[in-house]
Amino acid sequence: MNQKLKSYTAQTYIAYALIAPAAIYIILIVAWPLLETIRLSFTNSSLAGEDYVGLENYQKMFSSKKFNGIVTRTFVWMFFSVSLKLIIGLIGAVLLNANLKGRSIFRVLVMPPWVVPIAIGMLGWLWLYNGYFGIIAGVGMRTGILDGPFGFLAYKQSAFISTIIADVWVGTPMVTVFFLAAMQGVPRDLYEAAYCDGASRWDRFFKITLPQITPVIITMSLLSAIWTFNSFEIIWILTEGGPRGSTTTLIIDTYKQALGNYKFGRGAARAVVVMILLMLFAGFYLALLARINKKISHE
Amino acid sequence: MIFILLPFVEMFYASLRPLDHLFRSPYQFYSDDLSFWAYQEMWNTVPMLPRYIFNSFFLASVTSIITLLFVIPAAYSYARFKFPFKNSSLYILLAINMFSGAVLLIPLYKVLRTFGLLNTYQAMIVPGVAFLIPTAIWLLKSYFEKIPIDLEEAAFVDGASRVQILRHIIAPLSTPGLVVVGIYAFIGSYAQQFLFAITFNQKKEYMPIPSGLYEFIGYTTVKWNEMMAASLVGIAPVLIIFLFLQKYIVAGLTSGAVKN
Repeated sequence: MNQKLKSYTAQTYIAYALIAPAAIYIILIVAWPLLETIRLSFTNSSLAGEDYVGLENYQKMFSSKKFNGIVTRTFVWMFFSVSLKLIIGLIGAVLLNANLKGRSIFRVLVMPPWVVPIAIGMLGWLWLYNGYFGIIAGVGMRTGILDGPFGFLAYKQSAFISTIIADVWVGTPMVTVFFLAAMQGVPRDLYEAAYCDGASRWDRFFKITLPQITPVIITMSLLSAIWTFNSFEIIWILTEGGPRGSTTTLIIDTYKQALGNYKFGRGAARAVVVMILLMLFAGFYLALLARINKKISHE
Repeated sequence: MIFILLPFVEMFYASLRPLDHLFRSPYQFYSDDLSFWAYQEMWNTVPMLPRYIFNSFFLASVTSIITLLFVIPAAYSYARFKFPFKNSSLYILLAINMFSGAVLLIPLYKVLRTFGLLNTYQAMIVPGVAFLIPTAIWLLKSYFEKIPIDLEEAAFVDGASRVQILRHIIAPLSTPGLVVVGIYAFIGSYAQQFLFAITFNQKKEYMPIPSGLYEFIGYTTVKWNEMMAASLVGIAPVLIIFLFLQKYIVAGLTSGAVKN
């Protein structure tokens, strides 16, 4: 007993020693900055220095109409982007899972937007969205939908939609790949049994595939909500949050306040709001994972 | 499919066309003198391009090597030992993945400024590593778990030391896993080079491809054909690596999320 205990603690020491470098690194580069951000949010920190100002940053922020608009906009933006990713991802996964010719090639071809550096992909989208010479405006003009050059990123509503589309382009491949992986994990005999019972294609999809992959769908919706919420590069490169703030989400606003104007305190207050929202998402996600894991271990 | 590939096709097509064909409104679908001229000319228009490419590779390589150094012992420990807070710390790692770097920029910026590290390679490498560690640990852990523990125990009984076990058993058997995680880190850090690069670095000498090219977008007349050519050159390395290894990468990444 004693020896077992001894070897157990010795093991624990080794285990911790091996983890320590990574843990310390993360504490220094992630955990400490998080705490420091919270502290800064109660100051008027800028390049000039800092003073404690209590809740002033928060009071100003929450009483500003602009900020409340940004929060609403962030969620609307997120809602459309995530729903589109899920819907297109699901359809894509079904198609890629079907017995079509050349599906292995298509499976590879869906992935580039995911692996390519987002920032560079967005340079391509800037060209596509070009109002005079871009292909989208070009097709619009030739088909008569547009009666002249149209800068997609120059108007409030079209910029809002354009950034969503670009975000969907980046995010869909990953969702598709995860859905596909889940679909391939559905036991074959379920389908065979259903087939023998004369179930139609639709029945098989809605009564077998969909329920079987529901956990993955829920996980992916949360994950992709988190990533969409964090989306920075796409909006920054396409519009820098404009025109007139119409694509400014919380992340963009935080960045602008903190590193555009060097108002670290105000930026930090926004970052804290972002953090709290992210923690809520993360909490949901982890609780869900724990539940799914429990279910699996029970079975 | 069209939605996903059109931007790439159009980027490539635009890169082949002469500039005056591109600058016609409405859009012309047909060009007769396609050439790779833009691929030669871009080196003059973007004089620092070779440097940006080097920077991108340099930053991605250093970042992934450092990530591996931190991750290998940690992942091994998670795969082999039982200890208090094992599961909760693993979940904390997952949660870190969900924070965007943007939230941490302010304190990091201030610290880097205090230590005079703004506008250096380190400014982009240090935060980059932190955001790769969590996923890399999860990935590598699952590879280590696949190595049968009996092998290690047998060696232990035969009197092999821990270091010997690591060198002669773990290292060779986990090479495929290490390669996948290394590539994940490389692609990841290659892709994440924008945010930290535009925030912590203003010096052209240290810019990676994305922020280097982004600078040119602000100019009044953008030479789009060369821009697209340069972008494609920036995309090519990751795309090639990915195409060769996509099976392993996708299997590795999805197994974590689907099973867990």
